[in-house]
Amino acid sequence: MSTLKQVATIFGICLLGEVVSAILPFPFPAAIAAMLLLLAALATGIVKMEAVDGAGSFLLKNMAFFFIPAGVAVIEHFETIGAIWLPVLALIVISTAIVFLLSAATVVLVLKLEKRRKAR
Amino acid sequence: MKEAICANPLFGITLSIAAYALGQWLYRKTKIAILNPLLVSYLVIIPVLLIFDIPLEWYEEGGDVINLFLAPATAVLAITVYQQRAIIRTHLAAIVAGSLVASVGSLASVWLLCQIFALDTAVVASLLPKSITTPMAIAVSSSLGGIQAITVLAVILTGICGSIIGPVLIKAFRIEDEVVQGLALGASSHAVGTSKALELGEVQGALSSVSLVSCGIVTVVLSLFLV
Repeated sequence: MSTLKQVATIFGICLLGEVVSAILPFPFPAAIAAMLLLLAALATGIVKMEAVDGAGSFLLKNMAFFFIPAGVAVIEHFETIGAIWLPVLALIVISTAIVFLLSAATVVLVLKLEKRRKAR
Repeated sequence: MKEAICANPLFGITLSIAAYALGQWLYRKTKIAILNPLLVSYLVIIPVLLIFDIPLEWYEEGGDVINLFLAPATAVLAITVYQQRAIIRTHLAAIVAGSLVASVGSLASVWLLCQIFALDTAVVASLLPKSITTPMAIAVSSSLGGIQAITVLAVILTGICGSIIGPVLIKAFRIEDEVVQGLALGASSHAVGTSKALELGEVQGALSSVSLVSCGIVTVVLSLFLV
């Protein structure tokens, strides 16, 4: 499908995501609603991969680029960051290690349990 | 004259593209984790704006156009998940359990450390979603009253940090299973971790990308209860 049509499909799903987010009784991010909608659409075959693939892959490959302006806005928060950057850095290192080890341990455990179940 | 150029949306867009291209080139040449293209972009754009005394609002004329693509960029994560559906089916239990533990663990450890360092509420809200991928982290941060820009930086630093210490932890704890490596990297360092995971192997890469999305979804849902 042409890139333009793919862009339209993706944008259309994003708009649907906005609708879903507005309808839900609790605050749910529209972008993530859109993601779940697209996943459901792909899984059920309502939307085929060709309908989104080219433009989608471009967005995926260059995803980081689209977050540049969001981070540049930090200019407005220099004082806040100046005061806390060291503890925040420490926090990031420590919690990242914790999350890594916790998930590794959990997966190891699950895989072991699965192996034991299969062996029976 | 300056306003005619710099307040034009094309300026913000071009500056962003140029900075990002520079970042990509540097990273490709040196392979140094800290030279993450996104981080380099900030280190180029922010000084440019400050040195040439360009108000943020002018840059954001172009920035807002780029921001339009945040929702679509988030939505297409579904493509990644869909493409990995076979692997997901094979390792569903590990993925679900791992994501749950990682998400709870991340929120809890961040919150605890924030209390220890006595950080204020807006900062806490900004840091809580640091382990999930940027588009989802921004969504969670806004809903919790956090400062989006701080969240973006925290997420990037987390990714870089994880891609460095992940392999160290893998060696230290002798984690040889590819599935474990992949899921742990994705859960702790999302997209940047996934690039590292891909270097380790295809299985690791696939599972890391699934993990980053599943942890993201779990964290988004959990954050609904934190509001």
